[in-house]
Amino acid sequence: MADTGTPATGTPDTAPHTGPGTGALEAGFDATVAADRRIEPRDWMPEGYRRTLIRQIAQHAHSEIIGMQPEGNWILRAPSLRRKAILLAKVQDEAGHGMYLYAAAETLGVDREDLTERLIDSRQKYSSIFNYPALSYADIGVIGWLVDGAAICNQVPLCRCSYGPYARAMIRICKEESFHQRQGYELLLAMVKGTDAQRTMVQESVDRWWWPSLMMFGPPDGDSPNTRQSMAWGIKRHTNDELRQRFVDMSVPQAAALGVTLPDADLRWNAERGAHDYGEPDWAEFKAVVSGSGPANAQRVAHRRRAHENGAWVREAAQAWADKQAARAARKDAA
Amino acid sequence: MNEPTPRRTWPLYEVFVRGKRGLNHVHVGSLHAADDEMALHNARDVYTRRNEGVSIWVVRADLITASSPDEKDPFFAPSADKVYRHPTFYAIPDEVPHL
Ligand SMILES: [Fe+2]
Ligand SMILES: [Fe+2]
Repeated sequence: MADTGTPATGTPDTAPHTGPGTGALEAGFDATVAADRRIEPRDWMPEGYRRTLIRQIAQHAHSEIIGMQPEGNWILRAPSLRRKAILLAKVQDEAGHGMYLYAAAETLGVDREDLTERLIDSRQKYSSIFNYPALSYADIGVIGWLVDGAAICNQVPLCRCSYGPYARAMIRICKEESFHQRQGYELLLAMVKGTDAQRTMVQESVDRWWWPSLMMFGPPDGDSPNTRQSMAWGIKRHTNDELRQRFVDMSVPQAAALGVTLPDADLRWNAERGAHDYGEPDWAEFKAVVSGSGPANAQRVAHRRRAHENGAWVREAAQAWADKQAARAARKDAA
Repeated sequence: MNEPTPRRTWPLYEVFVRGKRGLNHVHVGSLHAADDEMALHNARDVYTRRNEGVSIWVVRADLITASSPDEKDPFFAPSADKVYRHPTFYAIPDEVPHL
């Protein structure tokens, strides 16, 4: 049971961090990470490791939750019952991903309610990609193909993250993501086999989503000060630029099969490197979107806040029902 | 009506799923719910959207008694020092079948 993260006595936060034992505890932690074994919730861990994980897992959870919005907007407008059912299932999965991740974050001693508050007060971030609007139905295909595709590149290495609950959540998530990417790509295949107007719509969508998708891997390595520490802790397995390169190399043949052009004049195969050269994303835009001035930041957070506040009566009613049932059971016991 | 009600968070439940008949229930994660029944419903929606299970257990996290890592050595010692509990402890001649 030691891996349930049960906040029993001696929650991780109150574990001794200083004193004569710390050296041995730290050595034990380092040895576990070095041996590529997993750290579990009740193990001793450095404060920085815990803080980094809480921030990363919370941001990741928020991204899944906010990520429902651009696609959710298209459920009622999907063109057939088949496409509606698929999109509904995908959006529901994203809610599930958020739940797995909030559960993983809680094993580190934070409270889920508190994380939601931090999101709707804009005190914690989420992936910049969800601050772009989904303007056409082709976007539903492109989001599945490129956005979920980029997420998969980021997430597969996290299945081997040194923190057990996060790694296990990622394994569940990765199993489900493959459906997300394939349904998007299949949707695009259907559209490019359609009319000229549909092909134009797909290309226009790719033109808008390509660069924001590359930005999902975060700033370039030279501008990513925390990467080295995260890699030393076994939280991260590859640098941002390594993952971005992998994504570019995977996407090029997929784009060719669709007959769409990726909007980058510098994109070409480099035989010497055995990889594609590609252009520099607009990092000024990335910084602006991350720090709140993307096209849809305000709308996304406001919507999440509204959903949370409008759901208050449901939570209260469920609590009142549970209290009443508990009181009834207690009376029966007493009698 | 106007006095602010202190925020009460729903208790944390741990979730265990039996993947298929013949397997043990395995811990899959946790969730919050107002009561046991709601925990079971939420567990179904969150952890078994693709037939991942034929049976679910939910249990309030504060009712679980767990060993802690510090106790690990003495706590698990009785199993470690009883090698005769493992079949490989016993040497059996190769000619003897089905053992
Ligand atoms: Fe997801
Ligand atoms: Fe997804």
